[in-house]
Amino acid sequence: MDKETRELKVTAIENGTVIDHIPANNVFKVIRILNLENNNHQVLFGDNLDSEKYGKKGIIKVSNTFFAPDEINKIALVAPTATLIVIRNFKVVEKTKVEVPDEIIKIVKCFNPGCITNHENITTRFKVIDKAEMKLKCHYCEKSIARNNIIFA
Amino acid sequence: MKGKSLISITDYTKDEYLKILETAAGFEANPNQKLLSDKVVASLFFEPSTRTRLSFETAANRLGARVIGFSDSGSTSVQKGETLKDTIIMVSSYADIIVMRHPREGAARWASEVSSVPVINAGDGANQHPTQCMLDLYTILQTQRTLNNLNIAMVGDLKYGRTVHSLVQAMCNFNATFHLVSPQELKLPSVTKMHIKDANLKYEQYTELADVIPFADIIYMTRIQKERFSDPIEYEKVKNSYVLTKAMLEGCKPNMKILHPLPRVNEISEDVDTTKQAYYFKQAENGVYVRQALLATILGAK
Repeated sequence: MDKETRELKVTAIENGTVIDHIPANNVFKVIRILNLENNNHQVLFGDNLDSEKYGKKGIIKVSNTFFAPDEINKIALVAPTATLIVIRNFKVVEKTKVEVPDEIIKIVKCFNPGCITNHENITTRFKVIDKAEMKLKCHYCEKSIARNNIIFA
Repeated sequence: MKGKSLISITDYTKDEYLKILETAAGFEANPNQKLLSDKVVASLFFEPSTRTRLSFETAANRLGARVIGFSDSGSTSVQKGETLKDTIIMVSSYADIIVMRHPREGAARWASEVSSVPVINAGDGANQHPTQCMLDLYTILQTQRTLNNLNIAMVGDLKYGRTVHSLVQAMCNFNATFHLVSPQELKLPSVTKMHIKDANLKYEQYTELADVIPFADIIYMTRIQKERFSDPIEYEKVKNSYVLTKAMLEGCKPNMKILHPLPRVNEISEDVDTTKQAYYFKQAENGVYVRQALLATILGAK
């Protein structure tokens, strides 16, 4: 897809947010993390689209919705390559990359079956101890979790 | 440290540990000080323990505090399905401090977040047991007159032993050299070795206990449990190779002392008990003084 076409798609909403360059097949995880299932505005998404940079990618467009950095950075766990584009009046007004947050709250389940968070109703908390490797450490049981062991709540 | 929960070994700074150790020495010299006669200590043992519970309760009693609690959760409302959160909220309205042991990792951290009074972690599953670590430090300091620049040999189950992990982490503050003796299957986890590397300290790994005896200042023995082995034949092969006997102590350093978090099974032969290197029973006794220091400090009486 050439740049012009992509821009056209991106600007196809009047106001809202476009999340581009989501790794293919992770679109649904992003939807869940951002709780877009319960969003009342128009949500458009595509998966396995051709991408010059990544081969395949996913994209999500949400009308009339703007995300606080804390909120959007949660998706870094599943979409570290994502670009966030803010659209106002069909124009791109801001383009940023997601940043891995220092702490992940609620969206991840601890993989340690002996962790208290898997036995009582507790909001999970993880410190991101290695941003490049996406290694987490449970605030409660203090176990480290490698990227491939991350389970979403 | 007044009012501050102790959940993990990293919750207190090096200076704070040293202050606790100093206070503990005061209690060893003079154990009966009724500093907490108006306080109630809750001792909540959701799973059984001998030494830790008795030494905490002894510590509270020597300070004049009253103790409430239970020694296993079978006779409590936990059995009826009460959540840990509800139990803790309730108990924290009765007592001035909570000492707790729980089989789930992270239980003590969670309790400290819902409790209105400070919580001392007396063991949360395989995770942390910070008061054991403090009494280990106290004992090392007592026997070596310093915590700095020591050769510490850790022997046995280095993979699952939480006391080993905490002690390694704590001794990284004191320029220790670590000698890690274990069967292949029970080597120190890489995350704990990272603490040593991050502190720019040295460690060596061994499979023979005899190799470390000549230069160790402290030999910290642990129990090897059969259930830790995936292959029972592996256990049979190693079960007798990590047993310390009196005969092996010949040629050790004169200041060398043997520690063990207890209970021991057969890893320290009984003929070692009467040697001047044996220090594990004194180590268990020290637990009372260190816990007195913690209770008194956290409740603001020291």
